[in-house]
Amino acid sequence: MIRRIEFDQQLEELKTTLRDMGRHMEEALAAAVESLKSLDAEKAQHVIHNDVRLNAMEEQIMDIGTRLIVTQQPVAKDLRRILVAFRIASDLERMGDLARDVAKVTIRLQGEKLIKPLVDLPQMSDKVRAMVSESIESYLTENTDLAYKMAEDDDEVDHLYSKILKELYSHLSSDPDHANQAMLLIMVGRYIERIADHATNIGESTVYLVTGHRPDLNQ
Amino acid sequence: MEAIIQINKLNLYYDTYHALKNVDLDLPEKTVTAFIGPSGCGKSTLLRTLNRMNDMIPGTRIEGSIKIGGTEIYSDEVHVEALRKQVGMVFQQPNPFPKSIYDNIAYGPRLHGIKSKSELDGIVEQSLKQAALWDEVKDYLKRSALSLSGGQQQRLCIARALAVQPDILLMDEATSALDPISTLKIEELVQELKSKYTIVMVTHNMHQAARVSGQTVFFLNGEVVESANTDVLFSTPSDPRTEDYISGRFG
Repeated sequence: MIRRIEFDQQLEELKTTLRDMGRHMEEALAAAVESLKSLDAEKAQHVIHNDVRLNAMEEQIMDIGTRLIVTQQPVAKDLRRILVAFRIASDLERMGDLARDVAKVTIRLQGEKLIKPLVDLPQMSDKVRAMVSESIESYLTENTDLAYKMAEDDDEVDHLYSKILKELYSHLSSDPDHANQAMLLIMVGRYIERIADHATNIGESTVYLVTGHRPDLNQ
Repeated sequence: MEAIIQINKLNLYYDTYHALKNVDLDLPEKTVTAFIGPSGCGKSTLLRTLNRMNDMIPGTRIEGSIKIGGTEIYSDEVHVEALRKQVGMVFQQPNPFPKSIYDNIAYGPRLHGIKSKSELDGIVEQSLKQAALWDEVKDYLKRSALSLSGGQQQRLCIARALAVQPDILLMDEATSALDPISTLKIEELVQELKSKYTIVMVTHNMHQAARVSGQTVFFLNGEVVESANTDVLFSTPSDPRTEDYISGRFG
């Protein structure tokens, strides 16, 4: 078997950058939720500030992939490996924006006290971070089982989000003085739920990479 | 789409060498079909069976069936000259005759009995127009064909093949000796010709196959590994050997 050494090396660089981007995104989400739990504005600012790194990594992936297409003219699965990397980079960049949105809520709640200690939102965030990690892993190892698992995990996240919604809605009526905070926390739930949707997109991309057909896992 | 070329259980031997093995293939009419595969895979051999060019190679033995337009081309009733009028061919190296541009094109029609000057003039003009060469040579028809550039010579050879009104045009690596601009012109020409002719091309340039053809056939060791619509074959090939080959991971 002839190996395309140059192609394989550059593809490895692309994969490494995607893995780093995924890890960076997970850390951003963890820090954003942590900042919210402790209403730590400084930590939140750090998350907001660091988002530019994710944008730069997306650009880097676009550059490597474009160079590969132009110089190596890949076809079939080799081409899909690159097209899918573009899409995953774009999903991760959007996830980064959503983590930043969570951090912005921390800033907006400055000077307030939390209406209750956060339990379900961090739990939801942990679940979603695991999804991000596994979705990237599904791409790197071309593992469709792991990709399809995203759909199940997404259902769990949706379930958690419903639970959070119900609880915070009841706060809206029972504690109108803190309606603003309850609304912001509902938005945080929404942001995290959207991140899970993007992880599910990555699962779809993996299935497309392996099979050439794109399933709809976000149902 | 109707298959104008039907190949069934075709086996070809060069003496004891088994060059084509049980080839079954239908090639649709008025479509560009590309044959791809590594050197020695049998793609050019198969192309050359379609107008019986292999007849000239001593020790060649053929079993099986090739029908063109329903006629068995290896039957005794078929005259090779008539077959080659129906199935034209363009080769890797442009091979114009050492004659004028005009006489190159008029050669075939004259051979088939056309003598009228005005009729020949019409054929020459129409063939050169079809080969996208007319505008470049119309004022120099009496010049030697050998004075043309390589790309022009190859289009002249295509015009010469078209002058006898074939149904099928075989192209055996017809652009591999040409520069990128001339290659592009031939590729564009092929796109125009496919509405009137069935074109079968052998190419080592897989991206050319992807750009130009509607159907692609991948050969390996004298066998057809995969035949599919070109967009399918180059995006989701069904055989891992095809994927390895088109991805350049073969060997």
